[in-house]
Amino acid sequence: MSVLDAKIPEGPIKEKWTNHKNNINVVNPANKRLIDVIVVGTGLAGGSAAASLAEMGYAVKAFCFQDSPRRAHSIAAQGGINAAKNYQNDGDSVYRLFYDTVKGGDYRGREANVYRLAEVSANIIDQCVAQGVPFAREYGGLLDNRSFGGVLVSRTFYAKGQTGQQLLLGAYSAMNRQIGKGKIKMYNRHEMLDVVVVGGKARGIIARNLITGSIERHSAHAVVIASGGYGNVFFLSTNAMGSNVTAAWKIHKKGAFFANPCYTQIHPTCIPRSGDYQSKLTLMSESLRNDGRIWVPKNKEDVEAIRNGSKKPVELSEEERDYYLERRYPAFGNLVPRDVASRAAKERCDAGYGVNQTGEAVFLDFASAIQRYGKEAATVNHEPDASKERIIELGAEVIKNKYGNLFQMYEKIVDQNPYKTPMMIYPAVHYTMGGIWVDYNLMTTIPGCYAAGEANFSDHGANRLGASALMQGLADGYFVLPYTMGDYLADEIRTGPIPTDSPEFDQAEKDVRGIIDTLMNVKGTKSVDHFHKELGMVMWNNAGMARNETDLKAAIAKIRKIREEFWKDVRIPGEATELNSELEKAIRVADFLELGELFAKDALERNESCGGHFREESVEIGGEQEGEAKRDDVNFKYVSAWEWTGDPGEAKLHKEELEFKDIELKTRSYK
Amino acid sequence: MSETTMNLTLKIWRQKDAKSKGKIVSYPISGISGHMSFLEMMDVLNEQLINEGQEPVAFDHDCREGICGSCSLHINGEAHGPDRGVTTCQLHMRMFKDGDTIFIEPFRAKAFPVIKDLIVDRTSFDRIQHAGGFISVNTSGNTQDANSIPIPKADADKAFDAATCIGCGACVASCKNASAMLYVSAKVAQFSLLPQGKVEAKDRVLNMVEQMDKEGFGNCTNTGACEVECPKGISLENIARMNNEYLKASITREA
Ligand SMILES: Cc1cc2nc3c(=O)[nH]c(=O)nc-3n(C[C@H](O)[C@H](O)[C@H](O)COP(=O)(O)OP(=O)(O)OC[C@H]3O[C@@H](n4cnc5c(N)ncnc54)[C@H](O)[C@@H]3O)c2cc1C
Ligand code: SF4
Ligand code: FES
Repeated sequence: MSVLDAKIPEGPIKEKWTNHKNNINVVNPANKRLIDVIVVGTGLAGGSAAASLAEMGYAVKAFCFQDSPRRAHSIAAQGGINAAKNYQNDGDSVYRLFYDTVKGGDYRGREANVYRLAEVSANIIDQCVAQGVPFAREYGGLLDNRSFGGVLVSRTFYAKGQTGQQLLLGAYSAMNRQIGKGKIKMYNRHEMLDVVVVGGKARGIIARNLITGSIERHSAHAVVIASGGYGNVFFLSTNAMGSNVTAAWKIHKKGAFFANPCYTQIHPTCIPRSGDYQSKLTLMSESLRNDGRIWVPKNKEDVEAIRNGSKKPVELSEEERDYYLERRYPAFGNLVPRDVASRAAKERCDAGYGVNQTGEAVFLDFASAIQRYGKEAATVNHEPDASKERIIELGAEVIKNKYGNLFQMYEKIVDQNPYKTPMMIYPAVHYTMGGIWVDYNLMTTIPGCYAAGEANFSDHGANRLGASALMQGLADGYFVLPYTMGDYLADEIRTGPIPTDSPEFDQAEKDVRGIIDTLMNVKGTKSVDHFHKELGMVMWNNAGMARNETDLKAAIAKIRKIREEFWKDVRIPGEATELNSELEKAIRVADFLELGELFAKDALERNESCGGHFREESVEIGGEQEGEAKRDDVNFKYVSAWEWTGDPGEAKLHKEELEFKDIELKTRSYK
Repeated sequence: MSETTMNLTLKIWRQKDAKSKGKIVSYPISGISGHMSFLEMMDVLNEQLINEGQEPVAFDHDCREGICGSCSLHINGEAHGPDRGVTTCQLHMRMFKDGDTIFIEPFRAKAFPVIKDLIVDRTSFDRIQHAGGFISVNTSGNTQDANSIPIPKADADKAFDAATCIGCGACVASCKNASAMLYVSAKVAQFSLLPQGKVEAKDRVLNMVEQMDKEGFGNCTNTGACEVECPKGISLENIARMNNEYLKASITREA
């Protein structure tokens, strides 16, 4: 028997959550104020959890490293949030959302969790509207929807290109109401640097005040980690600069298993790198693939001519272009899921067809859409004799209404007008499906320590569908944790306040101070960014979009070497007892350097291709699927949950076997 | 894409902490590409300072795509610099030319004290929201169906436009009175346009304005500088709407 118990409730999948809620313990309202809960993170997951737990009466302490909870990385989400409302009457249902998510995740997610996610999704939209979130509406005043890749219904709710912002400001406002009442105590500019485990239970955290540098002890009866994803292990990603793995990694080192670290989502439509000084990559929303066609030139001579500027992309005729997604995947075309689209772009660029100086870019072209919309508009406007120019003008207007803010963002960054010349895009690291292992209650393998949002591994299997991360974050915080934590906390009503002068707190604080002192005393010669960039390069080249045994083994050796050099040669100016951005970065990069190795180890162990994880050794040979990713259900139908044993290279693997009772296992085909 | 690079002189506000006095320090920098963002140029400077054994310049930033509201530099006398409709992180070096001298300072206001170098404390903005920037609804899961109250598209769109404020503080930094009216009005207007926000409208506007005054923000004298520098195009119309709400609320409260 595995040491992992997912605690999936008995009964048919449709009844599990309802029955579970009916059978678990609840805490009497008068007792709740005697119970302290720490929430690390104020993104959609942490913000919604903190607000809901405080409304219920718990005494909440919330932490974020930014200067305000409103600035958590969730604020940057663009495209939308899914919910099985079936407002469009296109046959959507809880079951269909459940099915799409399991299939999209390439059958590597846990059925029961995904079903619950689909089940509570509709409530999220109700909740947000009640909070005053201004979703897009139709002329009749009802909510509007759009569609995203990998699905056949229109279930995505949105607020222009700023859906994450509006949802997060909703959660922030719910937090503000509780902060104003004194039910949430907010710690901005604080970074959690360890979890404190007393008697086998999570009982608090050690945090650094980022303004004064002081090390603080905070105790509680339970701790929630909602610290986001770890895509920045690649240095360059679409994540915010501060996004990091530290909170998750620290609990991992205290006993929380880390699941599927190698499952990374590489998003196909991002603005390509422009130089070595590049600090981050910018996403161009997936919604653009509704109207943009992706291509590279058919002939190498044209590639060369475009690179050296002697030819413009618009000068190439249709016959001279290779619309490679439409060619390879006639059924889904430009709307194949993200992992498939990203690999196809890499394949063309590796073959030498990349269209910019670095050879790492493909075109995303709106000319056909502008023509099509222009003609439609001319008909509607009763302009049968509209000139070519007039049609383009009308079409561009339609595109502007749909994607204006994205086009503007592109132009500001690249200094080219995407209405006139195709955009250049390239895949970039975007999201991490892997994360802290949690059971059905979102509890980690440390009792009393929970993980929510992108920080946990729970719902997206090996690939996440667009607009499902926002849904999961809010589901976890608004609708799951408030119940499941009550079950655990019901046993804590007589515990009384947790003292912070115990030996366990002493030790945890000493450990944190030890790490900081060691870092400050290295007094080496190279900046933190230097090491972070080196790590990122190894991750991208050896553990990025395509992975193989040789490269992964080399990655492990290289990462160990960078880590060694980091601890010998990093330079952190200034003091630890003041605001010190370099020290903050160093602590995070130290953890990335350990996670990176576990990531490569996990990728090496999983000798199959599934979702975002592509092993070159595991591809289909012959037949219609020739060359496509090959999943191996016989040998790898499990969640890899790694236990820390003192060194990332020595982590111990535990397997949670996945059962598919309600959905039949099938090969994903988008041909 | 062959390009020439720029040599610049940066004049940057350095201040050790809230208690110390600050001063402008001059740094030459070379090899800056027009494709760099302003903050990437700052990264280059910081890398250079670290290599020379000096302390890097502290500044707030996170998303680097104009949405989190962290970045907050006053560049050549303008909040977020010379370009329009962008935050500091979206400003590109192609807006400058070889040989330029660039002054870089923190956002200045009594209610935004400097913490270090270019980092200021904007928690006063959060406290205004604690006073009323919300709709009182619990997450019970029993709220009514989202489509049960249709909202005219025009109202929803206007509420959305107001709600896109990123809380950066450029409006305050650009105002000679350091007034926070544009920021506060954006939230008040958003909720006043939605049926869900009507019930608490009076208390909301009175409490938020009261907190704004307590925090030490100045009075609004309608100069309109805030709207010009606001990276998100938050309109002065919101201030008019808030004044209206405030007037209604004060009359009925006194009665
Ligand atoms: C550009 C972009 C666009 C996206 N668009 C979409 C979309 O359209 N639809 C969709 O569904 N998903 C989208 N995603 C994914 C989605 O935004 C994220 O997965 C999601 O917002 C993560 O939310 P979270 O609450 O888990 O974490 P985050 O929002 O990342 O919040 C993390 C929080 O933890 C805090 N924190 C972290 N470490 C510590 C520490 N050690 N101590 C104290 N505090 C800490 C941070 O301060 C922050 O408050 C997008 C992602 C990106 C990058
Ligand atoms: S109103 Fe504009 S300038 Fe002021 S805080 Fe909001 S976004 Fe920034
Ligand atoms: S860093 Fe987020 S808005 Fe500039």
